[in-house]
Amino acid sequence: MAQKTLLNSKDIHIILHRLACQLLENHIDFSNTVLVGLQPRGTFLANRIAQILREEYQIKNLQLGQLDITFFRDDFRRRLAPLEASSTNINFTIEDKKVILVDDVLFSGRSIRSALTAIQSFGRPESVELLVLIDRRFSRHLPIQPNYKGRQVDVINSEKVKVIWQENDKKDAVYIINNN
Amino acid sequence: MKQLSVNHLLGIKYLNQQDIDLIFETANHFKEVINRPIKKVPSLRDITIANLFFENSTRTKLSFELAEKRLSADVINFSSAQSSVKKGETLIDTVNNILSMKVDIIVMRHPNVGAGVFLSKHINAKIINAGDGAHEHPTQALLDSYSIKESLGTVRGKKVVIVGDILHSRVALSNIYALQLQGAEVMVCGPTTLIPKYITSLGVTVETNLKKALQWCDVANVLRVQHERMDIKYFPSIREYTQLFGINRELLNSIGKEIVIMHPGPINRGVEITSDVADSKQSIILNQVENGVAIRMAVIYLLAQQIKPA
Repeated sequence: MAQKTLLNSKDIHIILHRLACQLLENHIDFSNTVLVGLQPRGTFLANRIAQILREEYQIKNLQLGQLDITFFRDDFRRRLAPLEASSTNINFTIEDKKVILVDDVLFSGRSIRSALTAIQSFGRPESVELLVLIDRRFSRHLPIQPNYKGRQVDVINSEKVKVIWQENDKKDAVYIINNN
Repeated sequence: MKQLSVNHLLGIKYLNQQDIDLIFETANHFKEVINRPIKKVPSLRDITIANLFFENSTRTKLSFELAEKRLSADVINFSSAQSSVKKGETLIDTVNNILSMKVDIIVMRHPNVGAGVFLSKHINAKIINAGDGAHEHPTQALLDSYSIKESLGTVRGKKVVIVGDILHSRVALSNIYALQLQGAEVMVCGPTTLIPKYITSLGVTVETNLKKALQWCDVANVLRVQHERMDIKYFPSIREYTQLFGINRELLNSIGKEIVIMHPGPINRGVEITSDVADSKQSIILNQVENGVAIRMAVIYLLAQQIKPA
C-alpha cells in the first residue's frame, strides 16, 4: 500500500486561512450566513474555519452546525455494511439564511446531494454554497461543484484521498493512498 | 458495523444487550429528527408496511403509523373489526393476501399469544409484534427503558417496580425481560390474584404492600387494570383496589424520596393513579409517548436495513 503526502500541516494552515478569507469576501460579517459541517469528517474542517473567523477576524455570533446525512443517503440497503449515523446539531433556523456546507473531500457528489435534501428539514435557505478541502475531480456522479476549494486533485478510482486532523491523529495532513 | 441479531421483533426475550443498545442509539438520532421543523427522512421510500390490528389500539397504532410515515414508508392499515376475519378467513390467508400486494414489513397486534412467532415461520416478511395477547409488547418495553435511561441516565442498577395487573399484562412481561437484560432490579406489586403464580422464577420479587414497594424503588411503572381481559372477579371492587394499589400524592409524599412515575396508557384516572400524580413533574408519561415514536422508527429502520433492494 503506497502512500503519498498531498498536503502537510503548513499547506493546510495556509489553505484554511485562504478559505476563511474567501468566505469573508462574500459574507462580510456573517450576520445572515451559517456554516454547516457534514458528519462525520466535514465537521473538523467547519470547526477550524469557524475558529479562524472568530479568533483572527473577530466574527462574533458565527452560527455553526453539524449535519448528519445518513437517513438521506441514496444507498440505504444497497451497501454491504450497514450505515451508522452520527449526531446532528443545528440549533438555529436556516429560513432565508445563506448556508455554507462544509465537507473534507468532494468525490461522487452523492453526499452533497443528500445534504442538500437534509438541510431543507431545517427551513428554506436563501442560498446554499459548498466549501471543500479537496475537490477530487474523477469521477463525479452528479452535477455538483464546490464554490470554495482548498486543492483540486486528479486521482484514479482505485486510489483513496485521506484527510487527517490534529484533533484525532495529532497532525493535519492529506494523503493519497494507492491500494494496489 | 452494527446490525440487529434478529430478523423480526417478536419479543424482548429474543434480543441481547447489544441489540437494545443499538436500538437506543438509533432512537437518539430519530428523536432529534422528530424535533426538526420538517420531521421526515426519506430512508424507507421503497418500503411498504402493513399495520394489522386484530385487537383495539389507539396509541400504539398511531405511534407506529407516525413512525412509518416519518421514515417515508408507504403504509396500509387494517383492523379486524372491518375485515374478512369476521367472515372466517384464517390468519395466514389474510396475511398472504396482504403480502401479494408487495408488503415488506408487518406490524401486528393479535389477541393470541405467539401469533407473531407463528406468522414469522410461514410468511416472507419482517414481523414486528405490537402486542400478542398477555405475552409480549416489545416496543412498549423498549420505550419504557429508553425513557428511564433518559430520565435517570442509566437503567443498570436501578430499582423498578411494576404495579397493578401483572397477570393480564404483556407490558409487564416485556418490561421484566428488558429491564433485567439491562441490569435493573425488578419487583412486581399488586393484588395476589393479579400476580402470576410462578412469576418469581423470572427473578423478580413480589410485594403486596404498595408503600413498601414505592420506598424500595427508583421508578414505578403503573399498569392499567385490564377489565376487558377479566373473565372473573379478581378483586372485590374498584374502590378497594384504589385504596390498596392506587398511587396518590399523599402516598408519594409519605415515602420520603422522589421516584419516577410511568404509565403505558391509557390511564384510568382515579383508579390506579390520581390525576395530580399523572400530571405532576415526576411523571414521565408524555415523554414515554414521544419516545415511542423514536423507538419505533429505530426498530423499523434497523429491520428494513436487512431487506434486499428489489
